[in-house]
Amino acid sequence: MSPSSTDRIEKRILLRAPQTRVWQALTDAGEFGTWFRVKLEGPFLPGRHTKGRITYPGYEHLTMDVVVETMAPESLFSFRWHPYAVDPGVDYRSEPTTLVEFRLEAVDEGTRLSVTESGFDQLPAHRRDEAYRMNDGGWAQQLVNVERHVSA
Amino acid sequence: MSRPEAITPAKVRDAAPLFAALGDATRLGLLVSLCSGGPVSVTRLSATFEVSRQAITKHLEVLAEAGLVRSSRQGRERIWTFEPRRLDDAHHYLERLSRQWDDALGRLKAFVER
Repeated sequence: MSPSSTDRIEKRILLRAPQTRVWQALTDAGEFGTWFRVKLEGPFLPGRHTKGRITYPGYEHLTMDVVVETMAPESLFSFRWHPYAVDPGVDYRSEPTTLVEFRLEAVDEGTRLSVTESGFDQLPAHRRDEAYRMNDGGWAQQLVNVERHVSA
Repeated sequence: MSRPEAITPAKVRDAAPLFAALGDATRLGLLVSLCSGGPVSVTRLSATFEVSRQAITKHLEVLAEAGLVRSSRQGRERIWTFEPRRLDDAHHYLERLSRQWDDALGRLKAFVER
């Protein structure tokens, strides 16, 4: 295992839409909120902070809070945030952030988008313990859903 | 992504106790023994390693400091266990976040392609 295997998440996806369209969906706070499911209070601006309520069902009590780093038109959009900040009782501001980077590239079929989130190795160990517990909770909820489904 | 990332001074600092803990033949032996043999008492370990119980305990405490083992009390004995959780936790954490990104990107795809 390489030393940084726990430090980052990388995703790639082909979107059958023009680069301009994808850029707008990523960087317009309203459009971003539609697919990411968050109601942001202000626009994304380089070096600026914005936040908003998560609208994902079951997570409405949570706030998403980001600081935009880079907006290189139609090619790179990046921000920093506190990953998995799921406990409303915890003030995450003193903890290290992770960096989320969206990279866009025009291809024949549309736009290739890569998403990288990095910096996990800097997070305190107890955050990972917490995520582990939450994961267990997730499975418990899934079992409830299955039970509901089969008994309906 | 093709080049390995530079190792930050902070990372080196974090890793130092881990390597210090492993950089001793007795401790490495203890860890291998706990890893393959399951939870065990200091009495049993000291019999296997032909080292005093005090010395074994000291070595185990160094390993515990590095998060590699942990102990629990059973009566008057302390039982020592290999602790893979740290690494496991890190992987579980990333797996979960990874799935969240998959979901979010699926929604983005539907959004821009409609």
